[in-house]
Amino acid sequence: MTTVRDLFRFSPSFRYGAAILIVVAVLVILSFVSPYAPDKRRAVPRNEPPSAEYIMGTTSTGQDVFWMLTFAIRNTLIVAGVAVLIGRSIGVMLGMISGYLGGTVDRVLSSIVDSVIVIPRLPLVILIASILRGEMTILTLAILIGILDWAYPSKRYRAQILTLREREFTQTAVFAGMNTIKVVVQEHLPFLIPFLLADVVSGFLFAIGFEVTLSVLGLSDLGSQSIGTMIYWGNYYQALLTNRTWVLAAPIASSVIIVVGFYLISTSLSTYLDPRTRLSRMQVKG
Amino acid sequence: MTLLKEFILPRLLQWAMVIFVGVTITFLIPRLSPVNPIDQALGRLTAFQNVEPEGVLALRATLEDLYGLGGSFFDQYIAFWQRVIRGDLGPSFSAFPRPVNELIGAGLPWTIGLLGSAVVLSWVLGVVLGSLAGYFPHRLWSQVLDKVLIVVYPIPYYILAFVLLMAFTYYLPIFPLVGGAKGTPGLNWDYISSVLIHSFLPAVSIIVGATAFRFIMSKALASTETSSDYVTYAEMAAVPKRKVLFFYVTRNTMLPQITDLALSLGAIFEGALITEVVFAYPGVGSVLYNSIISADYNVIMGITLLSIVGIATASLIVDLSYPLFDPRVRFR
Repeated sequence: MTTVRDLFRFSPSFRYGAAILIVVAVLVILSFVSPYAPDKRRAVPRNEPPSAEYIMGTTSTGQDVFWMLTFAIRNTLIVAGVAVLIGRSIGVMLGMISGYLGGTVDRVLSSIVDSVIVIPRLPLVILIASILRGEMTILTLAILIGILDWAYPSKRYRAQILTLREREFTQTAVFAGMNTIKVVVQEHLPFLIPFLLADVVSGFLFAIGFEVTLSVLGLSDLGSQSIGTMIYWGNYYQALLTNRTWVLAAPIASSVIIVVGFYLISTSLSTYLDPRTRLSRMQVKG
Repeated sequence: MTLLKEFILPRLLQWAMVIFVGVTITFLIPRLSPVNPIDQALGRLTAFQNVEPEGVLALRATLEDLYGLGGSFFDQYIAFWQRVIRGDLGPSFSAFPRPVNELIGAGLPWTIGLLGSAVVLSWVLGVVLGSLAGYFPHRLWSQVLDKVLIVVYPIPYYILAFVLLMAFTYYLPIFPLVGGAKGTPGLNWDYISSVLIHSFLPAVSIIVGATAFRFIMSKALASTETSSDYVTYAEMAAVPKRKVLFFYVTRNTMLPQITDLALSLGAIFEGALITEVVFAYPGVGSVLYNSIISADYNVIMGITLLSIVGIATASLIVDLSYPLFDPRVRFR
């Protein structure tokens, strides 16, 4: 709690980021009280520009853009959340194993991780997605993104564990007869949580970007609403050429706002965690 | 000799490792999928066009090798590697008798040109601007630049490219809408200028994204360097600021950036693919997009393999150029 209060007081980027995310959360909550089902077509008059009744206009298939957007944001965040969960679990686990055990295990794991970092992920995802085409659900998409985004985080966690391992309390725990798993889980994991938080946020950025890209290429579950599929269908119905820009403007603007919000939170967290800036902040306080 | 043993050899091993891991993943993917891609692909192919039976059999044979679905597991793996090493990726589905290599080869020069210029320009811009902003953190321009790039950095490539496309070809028609170039290829000014104009916007959209990333990293590194002792001494000794910045601070921030460039080439390449799709630029990205639409697995597979090998090799080259910049490695 003190952390959140400090962040609010000393970090303007955290304030802006939090404000954006609150708006996003409100939109997600609104999706549960939507007057229309997410995939119901011809629910409203087609191709209406934004007006008092339809805040963001309506699409060529007769859907209200605003309510569509609430579903889209919810689904995109679900995809990102599941992807981050999977990616970070793999990353934390590998990072901890390789950092703590060291030696040959570390060398082998590290070189695998370094290789995976270099491999471009987009063609791989496209290959998988095109094999699974038609069978994709939001969940498969999330899993797919998750299993590809663990290499960078695991490298960072390994570096963290390496410094933790040299700390005195590790020695104390080992001499006291704790086994490796216990030391790692009970002693080291709590230290990783702040880094995990900042990292989770950047994972969200990556996953949202990938979701949008894959959907726009027509490779995700095109039947359900997400920010990417909204752009896909907008392009499909020639929103730009027929001058119905509101159909595209809503998902594009919301994706930019969401990622910027997440990124602001992430930078403010990592500045907060940086010991050098923490020192200057304490001087401000005193 | 120590340079070879301690520097070049581990990197060559790492390069081999990347290719090994990448090819193995590409081999495993179709095996782990619940649907049989061969039947699906052949079904889709024969549903839309007439292919003579021998053609179907030949296709099936290539597909079985490529997807690793004929013979025992180990045999499949060996056959897959043999194809990769020979560089024979079989025929394309959508443009049937044409080999995949030819299709990809046609797009390759465009992508390499776009990617190469984007990598070089974004790296130089990012490092220079970042170290400037790190060295003068309180100037107005550095603060503005910082804020702008922090907003630009997290935006997905697709959105960035799409917004640029809308803004500069539709609302303000300064640049041509799509394509690579007009006129017949040749070494005349008309053709070259047309290539440059067509590639300007795609290049800008990658460069903006990649520069933002490089800038943020370089600024963080430069502000650490600026607070170190040697900078303080140099300033006390009245070394001109310009010299301190470019010969002391920037030089030191460049080194970690080279290693990082090798790691981030893959991400820039992904950006290039997306950009090409948005701008219908005739490179590998467009070939990829067309093959997604026509479900041309062979081409997608080929591009996946090529990009793994290509990016691994490019980052090896970047990594090997490290001694040129770091005297500590060179003279050890």
